[in-house]
This record gives sequence, structure tokens and C-alpha cells, in this order.
Amino acid sequence: MKIRGRIIRLGDNVDTDVIIPARYLVTHDAEVLAKHVFEDYYPEFRAKASGGAIIVAGENFGLGSSREHAVIALKHSGVKAIVAKSFARIFYRNSINLGLPALVIREAEGLDRLKDGDEAELDVANGVLTIIKTGEKFSCDKMPEFIMKIIEAGGLINYFLKENG
Amino acid sequence: MGETIVQKLFRTRLGRAVKPGEIVVADIDLAYAHDGTGPLAIDAFRELGSNTVHDPSKIRFVIDHASPSPNEGASNLQLKLRAFARENSIRIYEVGEGICHQVIPENESLKPGMFIVGADSHTVTLGAFSLFATGVGSTDFAEVMTSGKLWFKVPEAMKVTLNGCFQPGVMSKDLILRIIGDVGADGATYMSIEFQGEGVKTLSMASRMTVCNMVVEMGAKNGVFPLDEVTVKHVDTSSLNYKSVFKPDEDAEYAMSLSYRLDELEPVVAAPHNVDNVKPVKELEGLEVNQVFIGSCTNGREEDFEIAAKILSRKGVKKGVRCIAIPASRRVFLNLLRNGIIDKLVSAGCTVTHSTCGPCLGVHFGILGSGEVAVSTSNRNFKGRMGNPESSIYLASPATAAASAVEGVITDPRKLIGG
Repeated sequence: MKIRGRIIRLGDNVDTDVIIPARYLVTHDAEVLAKHVFEDYYPEFRAKASGGAIIVAGENFGLGSSREHAVIALKHSGVKAIVAKSFARIFYRNSINLGLPALVIREAEGLDRLKDGDEAELDVANGVLTIIKTGEKFSCDKMPEFIMKIIEAGGLINYFLKENG
Repeated sequence: MGETIVQKLFRTRLGRAVKPGEIVVADIDLAYAHDGTGPLAIDAFRELGSNTVHDPSKIRFVIDHASPSPNEGASNLQLKLRAFARENSIRIYEVGEGICHQVIPENESLKPGMFIVGADSHTVTLGAFSLFATGVGSTDFAEVMTSGKLWFKVPEAMKVTLNGCFQPGVMSKDLILRIIGDVGADGATYMSIEFQGEGVKTLSMASRMTVCNMVVEMGAKNGVFPLDEVTVKHVDTSSLNYKSVFKPDEDAEYAMSLSYRLDELEPVVAAPHNVDNVKPVKELEGLEVNQVFIGSCTNGREEDFEIAAKILSRKGVKKGVRCIAIPASRRVFLNLLRNGIIDKLVSAGCTVTHSTCGPCLGVHFGILGSGEVAVSTSNRNFKGRMGNPESSIYLASPATAAASAVEGVITDPRKLIGG
């Protein structure tokens, strides 16, 4: 499973209130949520992500609220995968459950060489992120087999339907 | 090798020993969702092709986040929640009954060792009752409604040993903020936080709930207090025959251990815009405050308002400051009405409202203006959390919040206590 997209760089401790403020929990229309993704802090995010994006972030991505709306907003904006130094627990689970690959990057030092806007390819199964232009490769922790199966199915619902189909 | 409390909880549930990192499937005893996450869980449930809820007696809904509804969108999602509850015989707690993490322990029969999940990150609050409780997303919640089960990774654990007792004006909120400041916002990711030591017995159930409530702010999966004479007044122990579960083995392996003397703690705040940005109140004294919020699932219980009323009764809320006080449940509200605390709060100039999550998450009322400063007893101070990214939120105990409302600036409550 390989994913291509432009890198969007984000920092440490990106919380779910910042991804989608609670005032939008009054809907779960994916298009509406995507329209307001990061609206208070990074209003151009949607436009940048729209052609397909891979987020590269720092520590503790997705901390805070359990709102799955955050994953829906990112996915519907065009985010294809998230690579971070670490993830907050509930966000990680929600991301996997909705079929959005979330990988922990190992080479924290080299993160500077992953530039905003660079075209990249993520080999999800093998945990390898490649910068297309330079061919430079970065290793991520492979996802456990059980989680990989959910991702390959496209999320927990599809996995469940397949297993019980 | 000995076991931590969380390993014992999983062993009791599964009937076999488990190791941290192992992925297991466990039966869920109780699962609840609110108006923010429940409607999405209903969609996921339908997408799963599920027709019937596995066991409706184990599912609860609570309308607390946008309550009563501030707009048409929220109203329609709440209608959806009510209709689903009716069709599937699920008990729903309505507008005004209170915040889920308060309403569930007040109304449901909690048993030590239970496995509870909630579609809200602060479900960890219930670990105060010596059980396993953690927050999940809407899809996980739909899975629980469908099968009655959920998968978990058995967590590593952190031991926090408490000794001594608090000085007047210092509360359990100061303790948990101090721990988060020491550990960091991701310092306990995926861990079970296990409270031990002589100091535990000096903490009321309400204080323990405050502590467990905020373990998620350092990334933890759950928090758990031992079973003692305080716990047994609040839980059903009739079928309990495994008390040893709630003590770790002597040789249990902890990923991290911390120790605090409660009498050495002082009032602290979490300064903007991260919960782990914890500083002593004395370093921030004198900072002007526009709004004070006393309430939320973190600090909306009787003892929180009792100390707040004591401090606020001295001089009242400073002119120009808005002080919003919200009991976490209708039951708390009634208790405070009957013992005269509400009278004191209103007389002091507080705006006391019905039970709701209210200003904590900025979806409703009490939204700050640009450049304004709030002192809040809630649990998150992220940028924009209370509805305006141009405002600043300082998290504090009810005592510090009340003292700051009285003086109109961030104030050490010890100055206004006693004497």
C-alpha cells in the first residue's frame, strides 16, 4: 500500500480543538468539517491538502478531545496519511478506525529535511517515507499486523464487514 | 514478575495473565456517549450494518455538551440521539441532568473492576472508583454497541505514591496539575496511572475524580485509585471477591514511579496554551482576569463549590469580573441549594447556571472576547478551547479561581482562607 502526497509540516502538540473547534461538533457533514479544518490557525491548510497530503508532525499529534470529527476533517481535506514523532492515544485509534494511516517516524533528527510542499511517497506496510525529488528515505515503525489489516480494509467498519461478511 | 493494578484488572476480566503491549479483546460493562460524539457513533453503527444493539442495558447517552441546544444543527443531532435511544431502549440523560462523568457515577451501579468506555476523553474520571475506564472515539463506540466488546493494548503503568495531606487552600487540582507539569503532556502516553500510598486515604471521592479526570492531559490511557473505605461508600461491592486486585504486587514492574508529599504542594495554574505549562500561582499573582469559570467534569462537585463559596463570601466577585458557576449535575445543584451554597454564590455575584459542560469547550456560552483572560477550573487551556483563539485560559483549582474572582487578578487562595 503506497500513498503519494505533498508534505505539510506541523509542530508538536497539535490538539484536536485546533484541528476542528468544538463549535463544529454540531455537524458531522464531512464537507462542512473539512471546510473548517484548522480554520483559526492555518486557514490555508485545506487548499494545501486538497491535492493529497501527508502530514509530517512532531510529538503528541492529536492530543485532547476524543472527537472523531478531527480525523474526518483531515481526511476529507485531502490528508492521506500522518507521520509523526508520536501520537496521542485516542487520536491514533480514531485515525486507524477511519482508515487513515498514522505512522511513528524513527529518525527524529532528520525531520528537518522533510520540507513543506515536497512530494513524498509513503510505503505504509514497510514504513518507509521517500522524498520523490531526492530519493531520500526515512524509516517509520511498522504498524502491528492487526492494525495493518484494519488500514488495508479501509477502516474498522470495512474490516468488520469483511471479517463477518 | 508481579503485576500492576491494570494487569490485574485485565487478568480478572480475561481469566488469564497479560503483559503490557499485548492486544486483547475485552467485554465492556458500561459504555456512554454524549451529544457531541453519540450521533457520529449512530452513523458508524448503521454503516456496520448493525440492526440491534448488543445489550442496550449497558449503553447510556447523556446530553451535556451543547445543552440546551444553542442552534438548529445541535438540536437535530440531539433529536437523532433521542430517536435512536427510544428505538433501542437505551437510557438517555436529558438536558439539565448534568455532565456524563458526574451523572454516570451518581446514577449507575458502579462495581470495582468494571470495564467502562465513554466516547469522551475524560471518561478516565471513573478510575477513581477502582475500575478500568477510558475514552474512545465514535467508531469504537459503535463497535461496542454492536458486539459488546472492544480491543485494547494492555498498558504499561506509572506509580504515583502520595503521602501526607493538603495544607488549607491546596486542592487535588493542584496535585494533578503539578504531576502533569512534571511529566509533560505526552509523558504518560498509553500508560495506566496508579495512585498509591498513605496520602490516598485523605482524598475524598470528589478529589479522586478530579485527579483521574486529568490523567488524559499527560496522555494516559486510564487512572486508577485503590479500593479503600472511601471507595466502598460509593460503589457496589456485594459481588466483590477479589479485593487483592486493587493493590499492585510488591515486585510489579512500573515504567515510571513518582512520589509526592501532599503537605509540600502549593496552589498552581496551567498557563496558556498547554496543560503542562504549570507554574506556582505566586509567580502569576496580579495578572488581570476578565472571567472566572467554576465547574466542569473536573471541578463541579460539592466540595469545589463549598470552598469557592467560602472565599467568595468574604468580599464578593470583583466589579468588572464575570464569575460563572456551574454544578456538574442536577444532584450536585440540589445539594448546594439545600445547604445554602448556591445562595452564597449568587449573593457574591456569581452567575449560576443549569448543569452542562458550558464554557469549558467554547461551543455554547461564556465565550471569551479577544485579548481576554479566564481562570477556569476545567481541564484544557488549548488555544481557542473556550471559543476564541485570541484569548488566554489559566487552569486552576476552585479555591484559586474563587480568590481570583474576588480580587480581579490571579490570587493565591491561601491569602483569603482562614484569618
